[in-house]
Amino acid sequence: MRIHPEPPPAVELVDIHKHYGPVNANQGITLRFRPGAIHGILGENGAGKSTLMKILAGFTQKTRGRIRIHGVDVDFRAPAAASRLGIGMLYQEPVDFPVLSVLENFMIGQTRGFRLHRKAFRERFESLCARLGFSLSPETPVRQLTPGERQQLEILRLLSMGTHVLILDEPTTGISSFQKETLFKALRTLAREGKAILLVSHKLEDMESLCDRVSVLRHGKVTGEMERPFDPNALLKMMFGSVPSPLKRPEMPAGAPVLILRDVSAPGDRSGLKACSVIIREKEVVALAGLEGSGQGVFLRLAAGLRVPVSGVLRLRDEGMGGKDGIAFQKKGVAFLPTARLEEGLIPGLSLLEHVALKYCRGFRVHWNVARDQAARHIRYFRIKGDPEMPVESLSGGNQQRLMLSFLPDAPALLLLEKPTRGLDFESALWVWDHLFRYREKNTAVVFSSSELEEIFMVADRILVFYEGAVIRDIRAADTDIHELGSAIAGKA
Amino acid sequence: MTGSEWLLLFSGVVAGATPILLAALGETLTEKAGVINLSLDGTILLAAMVAFAVAFETQSAVLGCIAACLVGALVAAAVGLFSLKLGQSQVAVGFVLTLTARDLAYFLGNPYARLHGPQFSSVPIPILSDIPVLGPVLFHHNWMVYAGLGMIVLCWAYIYRTPMGLRLRAVGEDPRAAFARGENPVRLQWIYTLCGGFLVGAAGAAFSLFVKPGWGRPQGAEGTGWIALALVIFGGWHPMRAAAGAYLFSFLQVLGIYFQGWIPTVPAQVFQVAPFPLMIFTLLIIAYAQRTAIPRKDRHRPRLKALLDVFSGAAPSALGKPLRPGSL
Amino acid sequence: MTKRHWKVFGLSLMGVFGFTTGILMLAGAPPMEAYGLLLKGSLGSGKKVGAVLTAWVPLTLCAVGLLYTFRIALWNIGVEGQMIMGAVFATAVLRFGVESRLPLFYLILAFPAAALGGGLWAMGAGLLKTKGGVHEIFAGLGLNFVAQGILLYLIFGPWKRPGVASMSGTAPFPPALWLSSVSGMRLSPEGVFLAAAALAVTVWMFRYGRLGLVFKAAGNNPTAVMLFGEKPGRYMILAMVLAGAFAGLAGSVQVAGVYHRLIPSISSNYGYLALLVVMLSNYRVALVPAVAFFFACLNVGGIQLPMVLKIDSSLAGVIQGAWVLAALAAVAWLRKEGRPEEAR
Repeated sequence: MRIHPEPPPAVELVDIHKHYGPVNANQGITLRFRPGAIHGILGENGAGKSTLMKILAGFTQKTRGRIRIHGVDVDFRAPAAASRLGIGMLYQEPVDFPVLSVLENFMIGQTRGFRLHRKAFRERFESLCARLGFSLSPETPVRQLTPGERQQLEILRLLSMGTHVLILDEPTTGISSFQKETLFKALRTLAREGKAILLVSHKLEDMESLCDRVSVLRHGKVTGEMERPFDPNALLKMMFGSVPSPLKRPEMPAGAPVLILRDVSAPGDRSGLKACSVIIREKEVVALAGLEGSGQGVFLRLAAGLRVPVSGVLRLRDEGMGGKDGIAFQKKGVAFLPTARLEEGLIPGLSLLEHVALKYCRGFRVHWNVARDQAARHIRYFRIKGDPEMPVESLSGGNQQRLMLSFLPDAPALLLLEKPTRGLDFESALWVWDHLFRYREKNTAVVFSSSELEEIFMVADRILVFYEGAVIRDIRAADTDIHELGSAIAGKA
Repeated sequence: MTGSEWLLLFSGVVAGATPILLAALGETLTEKAGVINLSLDGTILLAAMVAFAVAFETQSAVLGCIAACLVGALVAAAVGLFSLKLGQSQVAVGFVLTLTARDLAYFLGNPYARLHGPQFSSVPIPILSDIPVLGPVLFHHNWMVYAGLGMIVLCWAYIYRTPMGLRLRAVGEDPRAAFARGENPVRLQWIYTLCGGFLVGAAGAAFSLFVKPGWGRPQGAEGTGWIALALVIFGGWHPMRAAAGAYLFSFLQVLGIYFQGWIPTVPAQVFQVAPFPLMIFTLLIIAYAQRTAIPRKDRHRPRLKALLDVFSGAAPSALGKPLRPGSL
Repeated sequence: MTKRHWKVFGLSLMGVFGFTTGILMLAGAPPMEAYGLLLKGSLGSGKKVGAVLTAWVPLTLCAVGLLYTFRIALWNIGVEGQMIMGAVFATAVLRFGVESRLPLFYLILAFPAAALGGGLWAMGAGLLKTKGGVHEIFAGLGLNFVAQGILLYLIFGPWKRPGVASMSGTAPFPPALWLSSVSGMRLSPEGVFLAAAALAVTVWMFRYGRLGLVFKAAGNNPTAVMLFGEKPGRYMILAMVLAGAFAGLAGSVQVAGVYHRLIPSISSNYGYLALLVVMLSNYRVALVPAVAFFFACLNVGGIQLPMVLKIDSSLAGVIQGAWVLAALAAVAWLRKEGRPEEAR
């Protein structure tokens, strides 16, 4: 009887550590990936999955540990070196060039010499497309592509460069379920050809439908590994430490209309907002669902007065708000919490104390002792961990969110929240929703956008589905389920 | 004005545009890679001084020109050092350098003021210079003017038709993405900063070796660096449009000289200064008209927001934002 | 000043020293003698110190104004033109006072007029930015050119000396329209007082004034500032107007206290130099008077260089610029030394 020795794994990560100053993103991670299989890396936001993969792809440097490719120790310092070893990564944030065309993006990084061999590249592009079942047109400017198509382009490019270890970081965020099927089919084809596929995600259902083996990360460590078939509860336990329970929501009937949009259109995001007519009422918790950039951001900003409609009528209660700016909206009781904390919500370089003074000390002179007392109250009530005199960027994401929430008025008429739990760990997210629910007792209407279907079902009474700038569904959460919502988001009626 | 006077005027426009053309093309390369070199005005003066000094000492205009180009690259290297290596603001460093280079030029150039030195003489191109209208206007110049004309096409072809130009555009758009793609953004940015500086140095040489020969305090080249910068930005980072702007400005300057004679009541000095604000405001108006046609995009970087706002589609998105060393 | 500040100071001083010595040797001039001349020429006698203070006043006034625009993250390159327009407005008012029986009234009026002129000019650049979306560097630059043109037009045109238009400016004002001066010098105590008052007001404004806080906030993140109930555009204009007003005041001091007329070089590059002063002061009010004093010493000390050593007085400018660069380098270098592993 011949015993075939197992071939060395395609990639081995041995005892990988990564520090960012005091933050310990990866603490001694050891994993092995074999060729011809699809390997899942599962974990919550902040578990350290992206960091680990960025180290493997050469984008970041590890603090300690070893990497072995086909049994050989390697050391590389830049993505260029990693790609020479056949490692390619599909990043969560786009790394393409929107201004240039599909073909030009495909060519960057692969060209040599003085002549642009457009024809040869075009042929290669089209044959790869056919092999994987993608349909992309070479001359389209990349900024007109949907996120799913941009992903496909990137995969084609990586393959063309000879990648045989393909890493995908949260690839199913922001793509339609149809595109997801195309992607998964392509990945299975590639795995059959002998490539090693690493899929990083926090979505259990993706793991279940695609992967052969799953490794779970939590707080920078590997908490478990499992082969197909998977036990979802066991996986959840490895991810969270315990199975999360849904939020309890008291039933509250909606009140008078607060925000009225009639045929409102505005530019922005990918396709703007087109002829939107919606009424939001007091005490409602309304979720804005849909792919990233389908118009939710435009909607929220129109309602906050930060953007001006090019047509249509927007009213707050009974007052027309045409031509008024964000400050006028604030006076009518509208509060907006943007998702980009340091870019749109807080002011880098200013301390927590200065933010408090900015918000509350409106006279010609700032009385710092009054501001300090106020800041202490905010810190206490919202349990913000941080030094009030340090610049606000030194606070963690969760604490920044708590700070922003602490600035919300007491009884706003309309609360607009853009992805309020983005980047927060599970406990902080629960705390945020608990806090936000109390606003309903003050007749506040709560409108929020989210890409997490579980969150939407946990929290919302009513769901507006956005697709390519239009609201295609307006349904009560109780009348639908995750699968139907998922299809609606993808544009399938 | 007679026909031949018009031809003379346009010929003067073409020749006089050379320095600003070279500077604008050089800065286009630099900015396409994502680096702003605000020191153009001072660099041109310093390079002009060096060109004249070296040419005077060696009695060779060509050596003077080469020296000027090297000086231009040297100042650009300083911009690169402070911003790419040390992570300081490109605008701040460029501004300080423009003042310092100018003072350095005046200081070191003192002994060479009001002297006569070698110049570039005109070399008419054999057959082409006999063509009726275009001949005297385009083909009756010295080789630097021809080089300038050639550079326009060369720059355009390089940026839009070669793989290296593709990488250049990628780096200026998003250096982190370029890094993820296997490029070395910092090295590319250094290369184009130096190349751009080299051309800016040539612009200085063009001044002191034929457009406004010699050296003095003031030299006459003061202010053109700023115009070149404005041309690059308002020309949408496209070499052809920058070139068009250079010719327009030269035309305004030549007109100014003619108007001086026609309207004696207004002091001559006003006509000397007038082309500068006229040019800047023309560019502003064009940009404003362009801008109102394009819906505004949200941008979240305070310092560069307005600089790039006017040219929504055209700006290399990463312009002026140095990669913090170690941030990759 | 913390230990780090002293390190930066020391390092940058060494850098400048080395660089300047090299440049001097390149120009064939004896370095030690040059430094000595600079020192003696600025601090060598009471009269010289007086000249330094005379230069210090407009430089400090411009610099104080620029502190506001830098705080709100604006590059007010137009400060030079704002100073010129301030001088122009002051001159216009003073011209009315030439024949009057109440010259003091016009003398006093010249100052708010100058602040108005500078402020309006700055508002032009500010509006071009907030309403036109144009970067303040180019708006300011364009307006600098225009201001220069207006200045030249007035000096060689409507306001020219009777008889022949001259590079030495308009006809001098009668002594009744002069600021008082310390004996035998061009230094006016009123100017010093103005500069000192400007500094004091700004210190208070940045520490206790809401304006100082909002400027800082709007400078760091104009988008977010809306959520705190403030419109950034409004504050940008305000900061520009303040800067223009201070620069305008500098212009009026030059007209009424130093030259007693309008000359083509009324701004003497103090505007651009003030930008360097603020940069070298690391944008902090406390350091501005000292840095401005150093720079004024260099300017005044440099005057003798052409006469004694036959070298150009722009050596002063070289030293000033090199110093700012050296400081930038020192700060960056020290930052790298002390930096732990970078967090993203």
